Amino acid sequence: MIKRRFILNFPPDSGDKPLSYHLVRDYDIRINILKAEVFPGKRGSLLLEMQGTAANIEAGISYLTRHEVVCEPLEKRIRFQHEKCINCGNCTAVCFAGALTIGPPDWELQFDKSLCVVCELCVTACPLKLFEINFQ
Amino acid sequence: MTIKTYEEINRKIKAGEAVVLTAEEVSEMARSCSPEEIAERVDVVTTATFGAMCSSGAIINFGHTTPPIRMEKIRLNGVPCYEGLAAVDSYIGATACDPEKPEYGGAHVIQDLLEGKEIELEAWGKGTDCYPRKHIKTRITKDSVNEIFLFNPRNAYQNYNVAVNTTARLIHTYMGTLLPNLRNATYSTAGELSPLLNDPEFRTIGIGTRIFLGGAQGFVVWPGTQFNTSKPKNEFGIPVSNAATIAVIGNLKEMSPEFIQAAYFEKYGTSLFVGMGIPIPVLDADMARRVSIRNDQIETSVLDYGSPGTPKLGQVTYEQLRSGTIKVNGKKVRTAPVASLAKARQIASLLKKSIQEGAFEITCPVQMFPQHTSLKSLTETEGEKQP
Ligand code: SF4
Ligand code: SF4
Repeated sequence: MIKRRFILNFPPDSGDKPLSYHLVRDYDIRINILKAEVFPGKRGSLLLEMQGTAANIEAGISYLTRHEVVCEPLEKRIRFQHEKCINCGNCTAVCFAGALTIGPPDWELQFDKSLCVVCELCVTACPLKLFEINFQ
Repeated sequence: MTIKTYEEINRKIKAGEAVVLTAEEVSEMARSCSPEEIAERVDVVTTATFGAMCSSGAIINFGHTTPPIRMEKIRLNGVPCYEGLAAVDSYIGATACDPEKPEYGGAHVIQDLLEGKEIELEAWGKGTDCYPRKHIKTRITKDSVNEIFLFNPRNAYQNYNVAVNTTARLIHTYMGTLLPNLRNATYSTAGELSPLLNDPEFRTIGIGTRIFLGGAQGFVVWPGTQFNTSKPKNEFGIPVSNAATIAVIGNLKEMSPEFIQAAYFEKYGTSLFVGMGIPIPVLDADMARRVSIRNDQIETSVLDYGSPGTPKLGQVTYEQLRSGTIKVNGKKVRTAPVASLAKARQIASLLKKSIQEGAFEITCPVQMFPQHTSLKSLTETEGEKQP
């Protein structure tokens, strides 16, 4: 199961099609509408979070595209407030990508963003809550 | 044979002539010097730790209002504090919280106060002839209250176990997030820098010892709760699991947010990172030998936090823990600290500097800790018997 976010732009005449119903029923995708701007008879846009298997999300997106919905993916990034870090090491216990490391000589946390795979485990592991998921 | 007294060492400290090393520096020195040589050359060794210590909290006296209230239910930013201490005294524990808002606990209230922030105080009383008021809602700061001092009943554990998880599911603990199937191991003690490992038999640390606490001077006031001197020891006299503890007190108004930090451990609750430093006088060769203890001589137990009764799976040294991997059940397991060695080192150096400058004197305990103590378990006398 993964989570991804998309901005969906609907054409003016799509209001009567139960698209989200099909996403849930046919593709087993859990959806969460984070923001909606719908103007009846005009274009509408949705900020949608989809949770499901990668294959199902991909199939769901091509289903939407077939119905003239333009889907723009939002990329997830980890945001980190390094200046508040106390170098406790809790986050390094869960970071298997090797992005967060601590060790000799100074035992200060090193964060190599380029190695981050956005597994999100550090978000809950940090007792100071210094990591956040950002969508761009 | 060198034998020094507390008075002699303090005279040197006042004159700015004391030779002070951190516990890591003296361990390094011990590779080439004998305990007798160290006792001759070194006066004080500084030890330190910076870790989450759940048994911490603050005593506060709010001051009286007119008309006065006998506070019988008290909330600070919604967090419950103890109401059974006279009219306006209270104790806020680091792990206290409103169950609806578990991420903000007593530790966060303490940190907010320390940072100078305003906190909402709400209290209720039944109203008495001498305390007629029944309710108050107001804002306080650390400067508006009469007293606020940390009183931590159990801090600075002498050694602590390594946590692993052999089950197939990820678990959240106060030792951090433990991945399934032995995929990580966490440890918390500062090893050779840790206070109670440098004086394992409490020859110099006792009731009345002046310490560095959260950036201010504080005191050891009692053996900590769960103080246990009967844990198995290794050949170097080091208990190989969590053993003794200390109860400490210090004025929160003088402390610094740099050395006190609130924490929230996922699905566990809140806790307080406490920065502590303890100076150890090198009275003789025996103390020199004690403070020279090295990471490869300090061992601790690996416990399975995923299984009931946390069974012991092995024993490792801090040198192995610091190397990044240990072996558990024949498997290589990645290690990670959950306490800050960087901060502990900063505290040991700061304490060293204040002793060198004559600003921090050492104290002879007014009473030594008890010997031969062990722990009792809580037995269930009512209700259903375990099968
Ligand atoms: S999101 Fe995962 S990979 Fe990225 S830094 Fe956090 S723990 Fe490491
Ligand atoms: S868990 Fe948080 S505070 Fe601790 S080292 Fe990682 S980022 Fe820093």
